[in-house]
Amino acid sequence: MYVAVKGGEAAISNAHRLLADRRRGDRSLPALSIDQIVAQLALGVDRIMAEASLYDRTLAALAMRQARGDMIEAIFILRAYRTTLPRFGYSKAVDTGAMLVERRISATYKDLPGGQLLGPTFDYTHRLLDPSLLGDNEVETGLQREPGTEPVMRVSDILAGESLIEMEESSEQNDAPGDITREPLEFPLGRDERLQALARGDEGFLLALAYSTQRGYARTHPFAGEIRIGQVEVEIDIPELGFAVSLGRVQVTECQMVNQFKGSAKQPPQFTRGYGLVFGQSERKAMAMSLVDRALRASEFGEDIVAPAQDEEFVISHSDNVQATGFVEHLKLPHYVDFQAELDLVRRMRREYDSAQEIVEEMKEAAE
Amino acid sequence: MQTAAKTEPAKPLSAADAARKRRIEQLARATAEDMTQALNAMGGAPEAVNLRGPETGLVMIRGRMGGTGSLFNLGEATVTRATVRLAEGAVGHGQRLGGDKSATRLAAILDALGETPAHRAAVEAFCAEIASRIDAEDAKLAAETAATRVDFFTMVRGDD
Repeated sequence: MYVAVKGGEAAISNAHRLLADRRRGDRSLPALSIDQIVAQLALGVDRIMAEASLYDRTLAALAMRQARGDMIEAIFILRAYRTTLPRFGYSKAVDTGAMLVERRISATYKDLPGGQLLGPTFDYTHRLLDPSLLGDNEVETGLQREPGTEPVMRVSDILAGESLIEMEESSEQNDAPGDITREPLEFPLGRDERLQALARGDEGFLLALAYSTQRGYARTHPFAGEIRIGQVEVEIDIPELGFAVSLGRVQVTECQMVNQFKGSAKQPPQFTRGYGLVFGQSERKAMAMSLVDRALRASEFGEDIVAPAQDEEFVISHSDNVQATGFVEHLKLPHYVDFQAELDLVRRMRREYDSAQEIVEEMKEAAE
Repeated sequence: MQTAAKTEPAKPLSAADAARKRRIEQLARATAEDMTQALNAMGGAPEAVNLRGPETGLVMIRGRMGGTGSLFNLGEATVTRATVRLAEGAVGHGQRLGGDKSATRLAAILDALGETPAHRAAVEAFCAEIASRIDAEDAKLAAETAATRVDFFTMVRGDD
């Protein structure tokens, strides 16, 4: 019989007080400020914004501090916070073609309009620990050079000029794309809902799936057509005024993956595309997203679905780390009653097994 | 080129609307300190009634597949908005990314002042300052990025 029990209030309260103490740590050290986290742990802050699906650097830094640097905990806190706010509306589509570019590279064209702009990248560093960062040494500012005047053209537009790549046209029917924060997931999904889910998906999970496609589990022959990082305007219609205004800029990372496609009865041989768009500076995530997006388009191109990365239900149902951690971590909550029931069951089965064994033994003895 | 054609065809705005759009956008980028200073220079912040907010909520940011294709929802951003009315009747709107309510309200007041003939010039001068600050920041970023541009050169083969 189950008897309702209470308890643990004092323990929980003391545990949270201890958490606050440990979070602050050694009081002889200065406390981290939110501004310091935003400025100096910027890519961690960006990851929290991307996976919480909420662009707000101050709140993401607060979440990081509150979570003691535990990224998934911070994402969870920020995701929970967003549910407390009213939705004002939907922005116009951000125009990544008009981006204020901070980095733009292409692995498919060496010389392209706008050039290869490395920006603040870890690429080509030697990944050696830098002892100078143990201290607080003076750091030089970035060099400046007169920027070119040619626009930073999209690589996909270069290929589109020869019509060697599938076109991404805006269709007017799609003025209300699916919103997974409003409607429950129902498979099969549209690519709009998939992209929304992938944009907030766990970087590690998407990275592993993307890697699996490269290792042969749904090979897509990808080239990084273009990666660009920079700021885009967020515009929203203001009904009172009768026109749209920009609310300011957000930083995003975009990856256009170009994939081989041999063509079908309906389509000529051409390159196909995978797309990644992520809040903040988040190149690995944008690349992984674009590889997984392309893999998930398998049925669109009549490709056989043979690998996990092509399985929409598998990928999207498990890409959200807030859901995943909730279900995995709930196992540590009290399951005393469930376990008591299982224990009784195993004991009964064991008794039946033992008595069956005894009968066998007795029959053996009788036979001898 | 193609990207420009793919964005929604903007309805041509009247000169007054275009000026106001620019003003609201520039005020969205101004700091609370700068706006307070500007208001002090105009003889202090006027009495203003809150018609709406200041309130913080969410805007769902949209993207396009492949940058130019169909829409999808990328994720939300925090946005704060405020609408105020001055004693003389002018209504002003402020909205910006993030959760700064006092800055948003100040922006709404400045927008309302921009609608009054007495203060239009002062507000426009302040907005021009913000615009030139933003331009300078953008130019610095572009110049720093340009310094990281790869200049390819062909290796001379050593088999003469």
